[in-house]
Amino acid sequence: MSQSIVTDRIETGRGVIHWFRFASPYSFYPVAARLEPWFWALAIAFGLAGLWVGFFVAPTDAQQGEGYRIIFVHVPASWLSMFIYLVMAGWAAIGLALNTRLAGMWAQALAPTGALMAFLSLWTGAFWGKPMWGTWWVWDARLTSELILFFLYLGFIALQAAIDDPRRADKAGAIIALVGAINVPIIYFSVKWWNTLHQGSSVSMTKAPSMAMTMFTGMILMALCFWMYSIAIALRRVRAIILEREAHTEWVQQLPEVKA
Amino acid sequence: MAVVRRDLLLAMRRKTEVLTALFFFVIVTSLFPLGIGPETALLRKIAPGVLWVGALLATMLGLQRMFAADHADGTLEQMVLSPSPLALLVSGKNIAHWLVSGLPLVVLAPILGIQFDLSGGELGILMLSLLLGTPVLSLVGAIGAALTLGVRGGGVLLSLLVLPLYVPALIFGAGAVQAYNSGLGAAGHLSLLAALLVIALFFAPWATTAALRIALE
Amino acid sequence: MLSAHQLTCVRGERTLFTGLDLAVGAGEWLHVRGGNGCGKTSLLRLLAGLASPAAGEIRWGEHPVREDLQAYHQAMLFLGHQGAVKEELTALENLQLAAELDGATLDEEEAIAALHRFGLKGREHLPVRFLSAGQKRRVLLARLVTRKAKLWILDEPFTALDTRAVDMLGGLVGEHLAEGGMAVVTSHQAIPLGNGKAIEL
Repeated sequence: MSQSIVTDRIETGRGVIHWFRFASPYSFYPVAARLEPWFWALAIAFGLAGLWVGFFVAPTDAQQGEGYRIIFVHVPASWLSMFIYLVMAGWAAIGLALNTRLAGMWAQALAPTGALMAFLSLWTGAFWGKPMWGTWWVWDARLTSELILFFLYLGFIALQAAIDDPRRADKAGAIIALVGAINVPIIYFSVKWWNTLHQGSSVSMTKAPSMAMTMFTGMILMALCFWMYSIAIALRRVRAIILEREAHTEWVQQLPEVKA
Repeated sequence: MAVVRRDLLLAMRRKTEVLTALFFFVIVTSLFPLGIGPETALLRKIAPGVLWVGALLATMLGLQRMFAADHADGTLEQMVLSPSPLALLVSGKNIAHWLVSGLPLVVLAPILGIQFDLSGGELGILMLSLLLGTPVLSLVGAIGAALTLGVRGGGVLLSLLVLPLYVPALIFGAGAVQAYNSGLGAAGHLSLLAALLVIALFFAPWATTAALRIALE
Repeated sequence: MLSAHQLTCVRGERTLFTGLDLAVGAGEWLHVRGGNGCGKTSLLRLLAGLASPAAGEIRWGEHPVREDLQAYHQAMLFLGHQGAVKEELTALENLQLAAELDGATLDEEEAIAALHRFGLKGREHLPVRFLSAGQKRRVLLARLVTRKAKLWILDEPFTALDTRAVDMLGGLVGEHLAEGGMAVVTSHQAIPLGNGKAIEL
């Protein structure tokens, strides 16, 4: 919409708050393109470091043998899935409050990655559980909460996919994301309560062996890797979303990648 | 309030929709013994969960009804344009919906509970848990109903959105009966359920109001 | 007293109109014209406060409508495409409940008088379901009479009305304007009323 580009340009011309300069899809698009490679590089760097620590430096666990190493994927994935949900809900809230398009696009871009992290956490949890306790699934409080978080992600993505009007999709998504965010602690608490009252002697994943420093370092490195990866892929996705949603504007139609 | 009266009047004149959801509750809960086996001890154990899940699903069936009809015939628009605060009108709709969908479940549940050989005390706790829990289901479900107004795949999408949010109520509600059963006493669960109700009463109408305005834009 | 400045309306990806200005004073009415899909209904919904414009401002008197939406809604009546009547309720119940929703109480006699005026004598106590399309629209029109609003925003009010009802509505709007009211109307047909302005979308 040429009108909004004009207002944005006028704002940057007057030097209004530096931040808002990048608040329009038009200004952010090239910035995202420039930032993306950096985050991929960081992701690879952290990933290599984390995997090295996880597989070569951290000691073999006395009880669980080599299989426990999957924790280096499982735990960071869980952390990221929750972190991304909060960030997604935060961006959605900003989009709702300030009525900006880009914030909503960010939330839309983050959701699939968050869902992936949750899914990864669930799968690695299952792979961890099988050799340990002989079952593919354990109704542990954290795994169950993770499952519900996964459903919350799916709900958000499905709602946005079902609504044709992108502005309405943004706002509706914001509401469900916020309601979900408020509910996550409640759900976690209730599942924990349910778990402690029902589980007798079965093992819980939270009762991990006392953490050696190296293990912790390995997890942090992998978490940073996933975080950088999430940002990189979100940047790529945001650019695709911008192209799609602003397809009718002149500046998009003039882009080399679109003209081709 | 006018909204409550109007919705109750409408429900009385369109009885079939309401009764369908109730029959669903009855049928679904009866399916479980058929699927699991008539062993009494086992049935008593699964009863609270089964009855609660049945109540949950029956509530889901009735959720779309809350706003869809009003949206289709333009009365929802008039509600949004009314000088009365929308949050108040939405609360009225929630109350009417609960009276028509939730309260009957509370009344029916003990009768179905007998099928599962639950004792009198257990039935009482079950009723109380449903009495506290079904309003939560109506209030939270209203948010989903408002968000999915006129959206493709509404019913299934609504379930996907709302069922994860129902988990705490389910856990505390069914858990109350089980706790009573095991001698721990249901007070803890019931008070948590009551806390959920208070939180929902304060926050859900706002979210529903916002969602309605978005749906009508 | 109703004015709009530099209104921009966006529906999905399309910009329907930009930089729209309009003003309607007491005793005046605005005829919004344009082909289908040009944004007539969108404009009316913006004016009613159902949606916020992408840019621009709507004022009621001196103040932007946004500031006191409730007061604006008190003074305004919007009738959209759909009937806004509940089919299972009787015409009388519809009118009374609609009034209560607006925070006022409607005398049964007043309601019945309004219904009679629109030729619904003998049908006040029938569920609206049993009325013809034209009669259903007339229940809605009865609401114009019972709800005392200064500004009427009517979207295609003449649909499904026969010539007699069209004349009745025309007369009603005329009376309303004479009393100092205002109206914004979309319609495909010409409306023979004085003091009219037109906008083409």
